[in-house]
Amino acid sequence: MSNCCFTSCWFLLCAAGESVNVYSTSTEEFVHDLQGHTDLVTGVVLNPSNHLQVYSCSADGTVRLWDFMDGILIKTFIIGYPIYSIYVSEKHGGVVFVVVPMANYKSSELFQLVAVHLPRSGDQEVEARELSAVLCDVSPHPGAVSFGREGEYIAATKGLQLEVFFFKKQKSYRFSLKSGMKKGVKNAFTCVSCHPKEDCIATGHADGKIRLWRNFNQKKEYTYTTLHWHHGAVNTLCFTPEGTNLLSGGIESVLVHWHYTQENQKDFLPRLGAAITHIAVSPDGSLFCTSHSDNKITIIQSCVKVSAIIQGLVKGDGVWTDLIIDPRSKALVLNGKPGHLQFYSLHRDKQLYNLDIVQQEYINEEGLDQFEVVKAAFDARGDWLATVEERRKKGAELEINLKLWAYDKLTQSFVLNTTVTAPHEDRITGMFFSPSPETTMLVTTSLDDHFKAWLLADHSDTKEGFWSCDFVGGYHLLKPGCCSYSADGSLLAVGFQEVVTVWSPASWELLTTLSQPPGAIRDLCFGRLSCSKYLLGTSTKNQLCCWNLLTCSLEWSTPMDVSLLQADPLSENMAAFCSQSGSSDLFVFKPSEPRPLYSQKALCTGKVQHAVFAPRDQMLESCEERTQWLNRSQLYFITQDMDLLTFSTKTEEDRLLASSKQLMVDDSVAVTPFYLLLGKHRRQQLEKQEALTNPMAERTQLPQGSIAIKELLHTPAHVLPSASFLCAMFVRSLLVSRSSAREEKAEEEMESEKEEEDSEGEADPRLGESAAWAPSEEFGAPALTKAQERELRKVKTFDHSWLSSLLDS
Amino acid sequence: MGELKVHRVRFFDYMPTAIRAMAFNAHTERLALARMDGSVEIFNFTDHYFQEKVIPGKDSRSIESLCWVGGRLFSAGLNGEIAEYDLENLRPKYSLEAYGGPIWTVISNTQGTQLAIGCEDGTVKLFEVLEEHIQFERNLDRQKGRIISLSWHPSGTHIAAGMMDMIRVFDVPTGHAVQRLLVDRGIGGSKSRETVVWSVAFLSDHTVVSGDSAGKVQVWDGHTGTLVKTHLVTKWDVLALSVSKDESSVVAGTSEGTVIQFQFIAPTLHQQDKEWVRTRTFKNHTHDVRALAEIETAIVSGGMDTHLVVRPLLEKFDEKSHASGLRKIHFPHRNLVSCAKKAGLLLFQFPGQLELWRLGDSDGHGKPGDRLPLKWKPEKLLLLKRKGEDHICCSALSSCGGWLAYSTVSSVRIYRLQTDNNISITKVSKLPKVLRSAHQLCFSSDSSKMFAASSQSSVLVIALTQSECKYVHTLKPKSGSRQPIHLMTTSVDGKWLAAANSDCEIHVYNLQKLKLHCIVPVYGSCPSAMGIHPTTNNLTMVHADQQLFEYSIVEKQYTDWSRKLQKQGLHNVWLDRDTPVTHVTFNPKNPNQVVLHDMHMFCIIDQSLPLPDQKTQFYNQMTLRSLSEQERPSHLHAFKICKTFQDLLCVSLLDDQSLVVVERPLLAITSQLPAPVRQKKFAT
Repeated sequence: MSNCCFTSCWFLLCAAGESVNVYSTSTEEFVHDLQGHTDLVTGVVLNPSNHLQVYSCSADGTVRLWDFMDGILIKTFIIGYPIYSIYVSEKHGGVVFVVVPMANYKSSELFQLVAVHLPRSGDQEVEARELSAVLCDVSPHPGAVSFGREGEYIAATKGLQLEVFFFKKQKSYRFSLKSGMKKGVKNAFTCVSCHPKEDCIATGHADGKIRLWRNFNQKKEYTYTTLHWHHGAVNTLCFTPEGTNLLSGGIESVLVHWHYTQENQKDFLPRLGAAITHIAVSPDGSLFCTSHSDNKITIIQSCVKVSAIIQGLVKGDGVWTDLIIDPRSKALVLNGKPGHLQFYSLHRDKQLYNLDIVQQEYINEEGLDQFEVVKAAFDARGDWLATVEERRKKGAELEINLKLWAYDKLTQSFVLNTTVTAPHEDRITGMFFSPSPETTMLVTTSLDDHFKAWLLADHSDTKEGFWSCDFVGGYHLLKPGCCSYSADGSLLAVGFQEVVTVWSPASWELLTTLSQPPGAIRDLCFGRLSCSKYLLGTSTKNQLCCWNLLTCSLEWSTPMDVSLLQADPLSENMAAFCSQSGSSDLFVFKPSEPRPLYSQKALCTGKVQHAVFAPRDQMLESCEERTQWLNRSQLYFITQDMDLLTFSTKTEEDRLLASSKQLMVDDSVAVTPFYLLLGKHRRQQLEKQEALTNPMAERTQLPQGSIAIKELLHTPAHVLPSASFLCAMFVRSLLVSRSSAREEKAEEEMESEKEEEDSEGEADPRLGESAAWAPSEEFGAPALTKAQERELRKVKTFDHSWLSSLLDS
Repeated sequence: MGELKVHRVRFFDYMPTAIRAMAFNAHTERLALARMDGSVEIFNFTDHYFQEKVIPGKDSRSIESLCWVGGRLFSAGLNGEIAEYDLENLRPKYSLEAYGGPIWTVISNTQGTQLAIGCEDGTVKLFEVLEEHIQFERNLDRQKGRIISLSWHPSGTHIAAGMMDMIRVFDVPTGHAVQRLLVDRGIGGSKSRETVVWSVAFLSDHTVVSGDSAGKVQVWDGHTGTLVKTHLVTKWDVLALSVSKDESSVVAGTSEGTVIQFQFIAPTLHQQDKEWVRTRTFKNHTHDVRALAEIETAIVSGGMDTHLVVRPLLEKFDEKSHASGLRKIHFPHRNLVSCAKKAGLLLFQFPGQLELWRLGDSDGHGKPGDRLPLKWKPEKLLLLKRKGEDHICCSALSSCGGWLAYSTVSSVRIYRLQTDNNISITKVSKLPKVLRSAHQLCFSSDSSKMFAASSQSSVLVIALTQSECKYVHTLKPKSGSRQPIHLMTTSVDGKWLAAANSDCEIHVYNLQKLKLHCIVPVYGSCPSAMGIHPTTNNLTMVHADQQLFEYSIVEKQYTDWSRKLQKQGLHNVWLDRDTPVTHVTFNPKNPNQVVLHDMHMFCIIDQSLPLPDQKTQFYNQMTLRSLSEQERPSHLHAFKICKTFQDLLCVSLLDDQSLVVVERPLLAITSQLPAPVRQKKFAT
């Protein structure tokens, strides 16, 4: 979520990857997305001449015009160069300003701002070739250019220079700052925003200062005011539409609200969670929205209250914990905000919640060593969560805490049960819960040559037990690297460099040792189900070995540089990621046979960091051999660039496409699937309730949405038919419609009867009266007399004809 | 130059006093500056901000406000007196009791015909400025509460007066108050405290700008008495305001040490209606900014932290030059240290006392840069407190260490010193009648004569013997200049005396014939230091604009070296230095070497070496050190600059070839200042 803009008070548009997402501001729900770009979308702006349309630009070299309410692509303008940002102004109709690479140097770092005259043609796809350069050497950052009051000038910043270009005079002024490097001050411009009503340009700087420039139509007599609150760089600046306030944000994750002309007075909205990267204000100024570095959008109401948070998968500094699946919520668990674990629903692509592990105030400051969650594990039922946090200061001792969290059914969350400070003397390399249902046991391995088993000790006097160390094991003072439980929890394999030791957790007896030099063991994994007699291990020296635990001998081994080994908990399948020459390959196989079920070469560039099999809700019935291994669970993995990727089958994709149907949008409230679902439900509930309390309400409730009533109320009086005519119609509209099957039948019959009954034309008003009573009778006796039924049909025919005539006129 | 033994002296506890008031005379481009101790300094802004004149203070005098009327300088203070200064004799001309209690402020109208003062008793008194005097004219309507600040409307018809909690606008012809502008009090705890309107400015469009103790700068409409705009600029006080000449900019000095500029700017370009917008903030002070002046090209500010800051407005300069750099003036541009070269004694001059120190000594040897162990420590031999109320304006120590003299505005005192074993000091009792006060004192090198600079650039010659001192002669310049002498030096052979006055004239007198020998050609900039060479009797002069001349007294012309230097021009790095050279001495062992220093460096000029041209690296000591012996001579040039010692007050070569370096670190001065107002600093 990089760039966002408000379209009205109800919609928020946000560039996300290759599409533009439309969110409702009141319910924070995702409405729909605008798909069509083939590369990263770099900017979204409202069409200044039509507030129901937006322009979006993308690195694929096109500018697209959308109707964002309905999600319809209106036009595509092909520019031909990758576009980095887009700017529009009301004064420059039919022109968009885009930042593209300098024509001659396509690959270089030089960018220019060009004006694109959008051709007026009816075609869907138009080539816009009429480019005229406005400013050379601008920054591609979207915040570095801003239109001034009424589009009279444009201000662009790059490095230490501010350039203001006046369109009328076709003249530009440049203002440079001293680099001031000798004092350790970073003066460089970071962003710019122009006052909408006055000639004042606000610029943000890398040293946290904001300068308000005035008199910039002179080379020397220009002047500026300096405001300083931010301690880090000012990432973004935004004036409110009336220009009464200036908003700024930076790494401090505080939205600062400067009062224009009263710069000493400022308001703060602190603790927004992560560094602010972009600020947008709704056209009426009532809503602000900040996008954050952790993939989050916050919607703020009148600068005081956070009204909604749209949170994607938190993109933190890195993922140290593996990808874990919470057995209860089936959510993906990984590092989120600093010091937190995030629970992320894979099915809904939405963050469920953040669990504060470190429970310390996070200080937004570069170069500080802070506690980070490095390991997390769930037990088999999801009752317990174990986390390890550590802080390594330069030249100081390592601080490690092991925390155990019990699931609290009441609060539906994890509650801290036990904190073990310094559980090991050195880094913890692995942590696993025993999968057996009888005992809750945790094993941690550490670089201090030991592995420890932790047990939940029961205490009769207290309600809850707490965890304590049960066993400390080691092997010849070698450093344990990894460990693994067998599927039933009866065996524990710990890899001590080249040696794999197999222990019995019940008696803590060393059962056997397996060794396959050369190379230290990197990963260990027991087979599942039918293959549970096998133990797989990977070593640093490009070996993938499979031992048979019954014979305690090597079953097979193959030379592979396996960087990651992951077992599917619901099948025998194993996934092995190999990194070769800068890209990763995936092999899926069963331990029983050294032949891959499925292999995918060059899956992604870089090394795959973490992977997990997420169990499916229901098993897929795929018969395709290639995708059979995905039937029970889905494989998710995270790459070096922190992209979360998954495998999906063809049928799923089809289903996804089918489900993304267009939604009707009411003009008063943004309709989201959530609203449709809940709203309908609530209406039904409301109806039911009222029906219970007041049986008469049934009748008054019904006609509300009726077309007849609408017509009656909305048609101008001079075109309305006579009152008696209307009365009948009104009364008829009170009729309860019958089940669709019957109606259809009736319709058919109607067609045939239409001709003969048309002659009767005029309706008897009294008929209406009787019809009005029909529904109440209908409840008592659903069967109507034939005569009544006919009357009813007649009413319907009449109704239709009148309506169609009205529509035609 | 080789190695020198250096006495690094840090025991001169020189402490300048805080700046209280300032007045800029745009006509003569002189800035008058008043300090807390009652002294007044005159800076010449056309001549590189050179401190031309110092009028010493007096215990009973306090100055709250300064005011120029034409070329005349007036001051008023809390002692209730208005004083006019005699800028030729560097003393108050007369002072006049105003009978209104302490006076907070004095201003003049633009025509220079009237003075107005604001008194503690709530009266604004008008004085008529006469040719030689001022005369009380009348009072404006008396108000309740004191008058803190005044500002005269440029037309002369109205006066705005800042008071407690309010501003009054007076109609001058009638003397009645026509407007009453109420100033809000501060918020919170300061609500109960009265707001002091420290400063007001009356602009020609009848806008009144005020700065008050609640930290506000307010813009008022003087016609209607309505508040136009409030700028809350600080939590503390706004102490000073100054308006630029074209009234497009106002600067305000605050207790936080910041100077905030407000500009009269149109909010939308190309439109006429303008408003006052806060623009730049300058932070060059740590303490209260008490005095402020916005001049044509710069903002001049001074305050509790004792230094004067000239902050140039860069938009007024076309290109970078020496004038566009920030200047801080910390030390006086004259010597406060006298050094007895033969005896190894130092005399430090304070406003209230003199201190005589004997330098330490060491017989150790070490590498360059080493600290040598001391055989005996430096010793304070004497502390001589002045008599009377007047502060010491100059002092001198003879090179043998046998004589000591100082002068105040009212008297000169000469003492006989014995410092060999038991220290004794005896005042020379009978002084000639003509010796009443001196601007500058100087002993001849054999200590047989003393020279005292007197009024109208004349020099009195006093013969000193063991028993008495006798008036010998008065040396008078031919030019008839009335300006005071600020520099005097004698030759070692006792034949020549050179005296420089504020008119930039340097007179060389023949002491044997007791008559004027010659006048050095007048150069446009004031000499800041000069010295006569011990063997060649060449006069070396350094001017405030950093130009360097050497004049042969015997031949009455500039020396060849000086001509060569002027022809080639001084290096830009040398010319861009921002403090004047304050002392020139010579190396007795090597006649080619001249030692001079300013605040940030000392320099040894070797006249035997080639002069640097613009392309050569000027500060080349580090490069030279890295070069081999063979390569070195090709890189040498005449200016050898050492920046090892900072914040220098005096550098002198003793007769035993050791260098005395008197440092006064600015940090030590800062640490002695009172604590500044508390400010919330980030991360504290």
